[in-house]
Amino acid sequence: MPAMQQYGEFVVRRPFLVIFLSLLVALTGLSGGRYLGFTNDYRYFFSNENPYLTAFEELERTYSSPDTIIYVYQPKDGSDASSREGLNLAYELTEGGWQIPFSTRVDSLTNFQNTRAIGEDDLEVRDLVPDPADIDNQRIKYVEDTILNEPLLAGRLLSLDKKTAAVLVSLRPPRDDVQATTAIVIKAREIHEAMRAKYPDIRIELTGSQMLSNAFSEAAQEDLATLTPTMFVIIALVLIFTTRKLWATFATMIVVTLSAGAAMGTGGWLGFPLSPPASGAPTIVLTVAVADCVHILITALVSQGQGMEKRQAIVESLKINAQAVFLTSVTTAIGLFSLNFSDAPPYRDLGNFAGIGSLYAWVLSMTLFPALLAVLPMKGSAVVDRQSRSMEWLANIIIDKRRPLMVVMLAVVALGAGLLPRLTFNDRFVEYFDERVDFRQASDWASDNLTGIYIINYSLESGDVGAVSDPEYLENLDNFAGWLRTQPEVVHVASFSDVVKRINRSFNGDRQNFYAVPENRQLAAQYVLLYEMSLPYGLDLNDQLNVDKSASRVVVTLKDLSTAEMKALRARALDWLRTNTPERMHVEPSGQAVMFSYIGERNFEAMTVGTIIAFVLISACLMLVLRSLRLGLISLVPNIAPPAVAMGFFSLYQYEVGFWTAFVGATAIGLIVDATVHMLSKYRHARFELGYSSVESVRYSFTTVGTALWVCSFVLIAGFMVLTLSPFLINAMLGRIVALTILTALVLDFLLLPALLMWIDGRGDPNAPYKAKTGSKDGAEEAAAQPAE
Amino acid sequence: MSFNFKLTHLSLAAALLLPMAAWAERPGLPGPDQPEARGKAIAEITDATNLGFGDTTSEMEMILTNANGDVSERRLRFNTLENKDVTDGDWSMMIFDEPADVAGTAMLTYAHILDPDEQWMYLPALKRVKRISSVNKSGPFMGSEFAFEDFSSQEVGKYSYKWLRDEPCGELTCHVVERRPLYQYSGYTRTVAWTDSTDYQSRKVVYYDRKDALLKTLTFGDYQLYLDKYWRAHELFMENHVTKKTTTLRWEDYAFQTGLTAEDFTQNSLKRAR
Repeated sequence: MPAMQQYGEFVVRRPFLVIFLSLLVALTGLSGGRYLGFTNDYRYFFSNENPYLTAFEELERTYSSPDTIIYVYQPKDGSDASSREGLNLAYELTEGGWQIPFSTRVDSLTNFQNTRAIGEDDLEVRDLVPDPADIDNQRIKYVEDTILNEPLLAGRLLSLDKKTAAVLVSLRPPRDDVQATTAIVIKAREIHEAMRAKYPDIRIELTGSQMLSNAFSEAAQEDLATLTPTMFVIIALVLIFTTRKLWATFATMIVVTLSAGAAMGTGGWLGFPLSPPASGAPTIVLTVAVADCVHILITALVSQGQGMEKRQAIVESLKINAQAVFLTSVTTAIGLFSLNFSDAPPYRDLGNFAGIGSLYAWVLSMTLFPALLAVLPMKGSAVVDRQSRSMEWLANIIIDKRRPLMVVMLAVVALGAGLLPRLTFNDRFVEYFDERVDFRQASDWASDNLTGIYIINYSLESGDVGAVSDPEYLENLDNFAGWLRTQPEVVHVASFSDVVKRINRSFNGDRQNFYAVPENRQLAAQYVLLYEMSLPYGLDLNDQLNVDKSASRVVVTLKDLSTAEMKALRARALDWLRTNTPERMHVEPSGQAVMFSYIGERNFEAMTVGTIIAFVLISACLMLVLRSLRLGLISLVPNIAPPAVAMGFFSLYQYEVGFWTAFVGATAIGLIVDATVHMLSKYRHARFELGYSSVESVRYSFTTVGTALWVCSFVLIAGFMVLTLSPFLINAMLGRIVALTILTALVLDFLLLPALLMWIDGRGDPNAPYKAKTGSKDGAEEAAAQPAE
Repeated sequence: MSFNFKLTHLSLAAALLLPMAAWAERPGLPGPDQPEARGKAIAEITDATNLGFGDTTSEMEMILTNANGDVSERRLRFNTLENKDVTDGDWSMMIFDEPADVAGTAMLTYAHILDPDEQWMYLPALKRVKRISSVNKSGPFMGSEFAFEDFSSQEVGKYSYKWLRDEPCGELTCHVVERRPLYQYSGYTRTVAWTDSTDYQSRKVVYYDRKDALLKTLTFGDYQLYLDKYWRAHELFMENHVTKKTTTLRWEDYAFQTGLTAEDFTQNSLKRAR
């Protein structure tokens, strides 16, 4: 490739010019970093086309915002949460809750709007505990009885054993305002700390959907602050141990850092936000960039070790590696960019950040890197030379035992792929965070003791303006709520029918036999009108009724549900509605819990298409560059198999997986293809251009790229293993599986690919030299004349 | 020389005074150096413009719109009787016409300044009068963005005042006064009211919730003069900045001094109100 020769010579002749220009490009990209910002909205995990998000937002516009801050508290000595001290805390948390920015409603034991009949014709509506300072035991008894007999409160704001209670703050932060959630969380935590200090004998925890949002952004920031530096150190150590070259390691570190920085900065220019998945991008770019550099560096070191002058060795290395480095960068980028098919925008961002990074890595490893090597001191490496000799030893074993190896490896592949159907999707958003995260601890504890944040909503139509007061509608509502309460997955149900029944009782001297739906629509409507007139700001019925009172919502709090359990509950509920209610009430629920339950399936469907397209494009690239349909087809095996095998074997360890599995293929394919590309391009070079036999070509490819391949794979595996340190479990799991996939790919490339090549490409006689089908002038005949060693 | 000098001064003074030319400071109004007294005086002037109206009858239509664009309407009639005792609030009777399910429901209110209002409601489906015992006036009125306290009579004694500034509002100049509710159970920490300095009527009120965050804005439109003395706004537009819901309140068919008496504002009259 004379063009590459000329380019290489230019680089080593004018290194400072090349360094200057490449730095200019990299720093321009990097400077976009100032536009990067963290997103802390859990809704960002759902695309605007997601029907579950659409339904959720419609619900939000029709009723009120479902965003929450929840304080859950429990006296440490096992006494009642409804004690005088507990009620004092409830009162203070209620006052505090109103001070949290964007709060629109606070529900607590103290501010519950209790209705009470006074005599026959007076109705009193007031706070259940107007002032906890003057409350006696008799009053506490009344409060407890009221709460435990009130379906809206029992099991939601006070546990049935009275040990645990909650204060629930509803909020309506403006959308896409990063500062809003931050401001909410700061105030909520300030109150939390103050109350913990003031009530040391009561355990108080903080959860709710705003804390979930916040946990996402804190996880992203922590990942960037810890994982990326860890990866940086690991790369440096690996390079020093494998090459024993300080200056070359230094040059590599500069190139990989700039690649990652420029990628993130360019993302900033393009306006991508940082979310937990996207914060894994710098780690991925670091590993991809290292791979490019390692190939160029090792070839140069080997050449230098064989006696070549340094600059000449660099030119030689560029010449040999240009095609493979370009090809691996393009295929990696294709794989990563295919994440754009995802239904979860954070993964689109991850793909774009990392894809852009792999292109920067290509540019910088072909410009800045050789120029730096040219100006920095560097000698040939004995270590590298030794390593390539041990590669030859490995090649000999593989060539000798190729038949049993092939049988064993194919069996392993078949077994791994056969295990795939064991996997099922299960997305529980609390479990996206590991136990180190406060949000996870608080939510688990709250869920164990009182209430959860898995909430679904049924918006049920009455069919007519004002018809929520219709007795038939209210009966249906009441029956549905009653049925839901008997379901094992359900913790709590809030229904408008409960409100109407309570008012009816209070209008009738608090006699329990009136705790029922009023007999006619006008009466119910007039009761509700009167009751509404008596409610204070923020405790109205607008969060339960739509504006023309033609529909109401049933709010169902669920225990920690798996995706499968959620589906089952939805199906049973729909069945019940179909059997027992008119058609307009046959609806599906909406809510955060629903959105997250289906995030796995939606992304899997979207990413199946994306991954297949990426795969076809990548395979086409390979065939084009290798100029051989046969080699291209052989390459499919070590490219398709690793994700399937890795996932299959992973199912033995854990068969429930989250939506992150949808992204394994796309993230890994571009990386695992690299090893195949390097093996095959060296094989092709030996076979078609040098005219070696199939066996000799295998040996040639092992000795030339074997070392670079295992070093690269090691760095990649280390890189993705670093992601497993993330407290954000979907990053950690993705890292684990991709690392496993890359390991599988390395094993298959070393043990299965050569055997396949010798079997298929070298069929007949694998020791026979290559014979061009048509008369060739490319020297194959001459090369073939010399028997290979 | 001296002539020129004077001319310059004159034109300078004219240029400074020109924007203020539309109004003159009302005599006796405390100056900006006493913001509390000035604020309260402005409220007292407003209150005085309404003195002696006697009684009114009118119809009210409310159009509620939620963030989704869904619309719903309410209609009711509103009768008021002026309380001769200026230390107490007015009496009012609301008769609900729409939605149909509550047609004929009537609510009688004896408004008080710092104590909870006294309220009774007649429920036609029950054919009974119920007394409502509640301190709350801050909840949404019939699901709208108005609270009862937003459109009930604005007695001077309900707030403490602080004049903030004077500024143009449309073609008029407004006094901008901060009002802090003295009623313990108000839904607001404060409201800021724009009162024009010509007729001393409210033009705009901004409401701040309990954490002192912007909650709602009310604008008054279509003022008409009755009996050559009493101004009434006919279109009130309330916008909730948090929930993005709005309510338009239209007053129609205002009639003054129709001959209503205390007899028409009793529990017995509730049943006859329809």
